[in-house]
Amino acid sequence: MSKQAPSSPNAESEAAAATEDGPEESGDAEQSPVTTGSESVIRALENEGIEAAFGVQGGAIMPIYDALYHSDIRHITMAHEQGAAHAADAFSVVRNEPGVCLATSGPGATNLVTGIADANMDSDGLLALTGQVPADMVGSDAFQETDTTGVTAPITKHNYFASDADTVGDTVGEALALAGEGRPGPTLVDLPKDVSLDETDVQPGPAEPPETTRPQYVPDEEDVQVAAEAIEAAERPLLLFGGGVIKADATDEARKFAYEYEIPVVTTMPGIGSFPEDDDLCLSWAGMHGTGYANMAITHTDLLIAVGTRFDDRLTGGIDTFAPEAEVVHIDIDPAEISKNIHADYPLIGDAGIVLDQLDDAIDETPEAEEWREQCLTWKEEYPMDYATPDDEPLKPQFVVEILDEATDDDTIVTSGVGQHQMWAAQYWDFTEPRTWVSSHGLGTMGYGLPAAIGARIAAEDDQDVVCIDGDGSFLMTIQELSVAVREELDITVAVLNNEYIGMVRQWQDAFFEGRRMAAEYNWCPEFDKLAEAFGARGWRVDEYDEVADAVEEALDYDGPSVIDFHIDPAENVYPMVPSGGANGKFALTEDQL
Amino acid sequence: MSSEDSDSSDDLPKHGLQGPKPEERPHPEGRRNAQGIRIDPAAEAEHEPRRAVLSALVENDPGVLSRIAGLFSRRQFNIESLTVGPTTVEDHSRITMVIEEPDPGIDQAEKQLAKLKPVISVGELDDDAVRTELVLLKVEGDEPDKVHAVTEMYDGQTLDAGPKTITVQLTGDEQEIDDAIDAFRQFGIIEIARTGYTALARGDQATVPGEKPGTANEPTKPKNTQ
Repeated sequence: MSKQAPSSPNAESEAAAATEDGPEESGDAEQSPVTTGSESVIRALENEGIEAAFGVQGGAIMPIYDALYHSDIRHITMAHEQGAAHAADAFSVVRNEPGVCLATSGPGATNLVTGIADANMDSDGLLALTGQVPADMVGSDAFQETDTTGVTAPITKHNYFASDADTVGDTVGEALALAGEGRPGPTLVDLPKDVSLDETDVQPGPAEPPETTRPQYVPDEEDVQVAAEAIEAAERPLLLFGGGVIKADATDEARKFAYEYEIPVVTTMPGIGSFPEDDDLCLSWAGMHGTGYANMAITHTDLLIAVGTRFDDRLTGGIDTFAPEAEVVHIDIDPAEISKNIHADYPLIGDAGIVLDQLDDAIDETPEAEEWREQCLTWKEEYPMDYATPDDEPLKPQFVVEILDEATDDDTIVTSGVGQHQMWAAQYWDFTEPRTWVSSHGLGTMGYGLPAAIGARIAAEDDQDVVCIDGDGSFLMTIQELSVAVREELDITVAVLNNEYIGMVRQWQDAFFEGRRMAAEYNWCPEFDKLAEAFGARGWRVDEYDEVADAVEEALDYDGPSVIDFHIDPAENVYPMVPSGGANGKFALTEDQL
Repeated sequence: MSSEDSDSSDDLPKHGLQGPKPEERPHPEGRRNAQGIRIDPAAEAEHEPRRAVLSALVENDPGVLSRIAGLFSRRQFNIESLTVGPTTVEDHSRITMVIEEPDPGIDQAEKQLAKLKPVISVGELDDDAVRTELVLLKVEGDEPDKVHAVTEMYDGQTLDAGPKTITVQLTGDEQEIDDAIDAFRQFGIIEIARTGYTALARGDQATVPGEKPGTANEPTKPKNTQ
C-alpha cells in the first residue's frame, strides 16, 4: 500500500483556470504584504477564495480575529462553537467546498469537537482554526489550555500544530486543500497565540495538499473491464448511490448511467438528491427506515453497483443478510472503504464521475433486466409510503412534511436534526436535486438542524429557500443559534415537529423496552413560537390540519427567521423499520411486526 | 404519496404502513460471513487470524506515533508489538508493527495506515523477510557460570554482572527468544524487556512499496502501485 501523485484529468484545466482568474479575483497587486502570522492565516484563506467563516471569539484566537477585521471574508459570529462547526459543515455540503470555522483554545476547541466528528463521519470538508495558549506555555495546564490536536486527531483527516509564523499561512493552505481533496473531511490547525502575533513577511504560497495523501482518481482499466462484463451479465442489477456521488460532483454521470442502462437506483441517506426521487427508476433510500421497495431491491439484487458509500450499519442492517445474493461492484475514492464492511467483488478505486464514465465506455450491452425492473415497480406498489390521517388523532408529521415540500421549489434546501422528524423529512420530502438535503447522518447529532440552516443560508443562492425540519428535542439543543439568524437577518423557516418526546427513543422504548419511557418525555420544552418571538424571529403554533398550509405560507413569505411549532401526534412512529442488525428484507411495517 | 383525504386511509394501519408482512415476503437463501464476504460453499467462508509484520515509512511529524497507536486502538486492530526508529533519511522513521488479524483486517490496517498524512508508504513483509527482536533479561546472580553458559548457547551477551543480578541481551526471532527465556527460568528471572520485531525485506526487495534499497539516503516518494 503506497500512495500516488494526483492523476486527475481536470487538474491541468483547473490550474489553468485558476491562473486566468488569479490576477482579477485575488487582486494580487492590491494585496498588502502580511506582517504577522495571523495575517498570513487570513491571507491563506483569501487566496483560496474563502467567502465566509463561522466562529466565536476568545482569548487565544483574538489575533486571528484582529486580522479578519481587515478582510473581506464574511464572519458570522455564532452563539456556540458547536453551531459554528455545524454551520461551516452545512456550508460545505451546499457549496461542495470546505467550510471554515474558528474557535478559541480550551472550551472553544472542545465545543467544536461534536461538529468536527460530525463532518468526519459524513466526509464533509471542514477547516477548523483553533486558538492555543502561547507555545512556551503549552503543556503547563495554562488557562484555557487543551491538547486540541490530541483531542481531535481521531476525528480529523489530519491536524496541525502551527509552530512558526513564517510557515503558518502555508500550513493553513495545506489543511484547507487536504479538507477538500479526494474524500473530503475535517482538518484543523491549532494556532498558538504567539505564532499568530509574531511578525513575518512571508506570503503564503498556493495551497497544496500534502504529497502523502494524494488520492487515485482514475481506476485500473482492467478492473473497469471486468466490472463492465459483470454489469452486462447481471439479471437483477441495482445501483446504490451514496453521498460520494454528490461529493464527487458526479450527479450528472450517475444519472446518465442509470438512464442509459435502465438500472433501478437506491440511494443511501447522504446520497439523497443524487437521483430524482420522482423518477420511475428511483426506489428512494434504503436502510433502517428506508422504503420497503428499496430494501426489497437490495435483498434480491444479483449485482449491487455501489458508488461512494461506506456501507454504514444503518444501511446494511445485519451484514450476513445484506444483499445476500449479490456480487458487489464498489466504486470509491478511498481504498480503505473497499471491503471494509461489505466485501467488494469488483473494487474500482477512483473518482465517481471518472469511474462511471469509464464503465459507460466499457459496457457494450445493456443488461437484460426488464423483469427485474417490473419487479421493482411491483414492490413500489406493494409497500407504498403512506400514512393514515384519522379524524380522532392529532396532526401527522408526514402531512406537515408533504405540505412544506409542495409549498417550496425543487431547489429548496432542507436541513434537519436527528430523530423521528429527520426520518419523516427524508421519507416524505421528494428530493430531486443534489445538495438540497443537509443532515447529520453518520454521527447522528441532535441539534444539527438550526446551525446547519444558518450555514446553508449563507452558502445558498438568494432565491433558494432554506427550511429546517427539526424535532423538539433537537431544536432545544442548539436553539440559541436563532439569535444569530435574527441578527444576520437570515431568511430561514424552522418547522418543529413537536411530539413532546425524544421521539425515536420513545419509539424504541415502546418496541424494545416494554414501554418504559425513561427520560423520554419532553413536555417541559418551552413554547417554541413564543420563544422565537422573544429571540426576535416570527413564531406560529399549529395544532390542526387546516392551519398547516396557511402557517407554512406565512412563514415562507416572511423575509427573516421564522419558527412554526407543529404539535404533532405524539404516538406516531417511523415505519418501515429494520430492527438494529436485522435483515433489510424483513422490515417491519407496524410495531407488532418488530 | 399523500393521503390527505381520510377515505384512502381507511385501509391503512393507524400507526404504520400497509404491505405484505415479513413472513409473507420472498427471502433469498444466500448469506454473508462476518467479513461481508458472500458465503460460497466452494470457498472458505471465514478467514482465521494470522500474524503479519507491517512496515511503515513515516515522516517525523509531531505525534506520529500517537496517531498510529490511536488508529490501532480506535479501530480495534490487535497489535502485538511496535518498534520505531530513524532511517538514513533525515525526518523519516521506520515503524515495524506485528498485528494479529484475519486477512481482511490486515488489509484494512494497511489501508487505514496509508491514509494517515505522515505515513509515506506501508506494506506487509513476506514470510522470508529478515526479522529480529531484542530482549534484556535480568536473572538472579547466584549461578554466574551457568548463566554465562546459557547466554553463550543463545549467542547472547552479558551486559551487567553484579553480586545479586546478571543482565543479558539476546536477539533472534520470536521462537528463539521464547526458548531462551524458558532456559533462563531455572535461574529465576527478575525482569524482562522485549522490543518486539523490527524487520527488513530480504535481498533487493523493497521493504515498503516505492522504497529503493541502495538509495536509502534519498527520500522515498509516495507513489501508488495499485
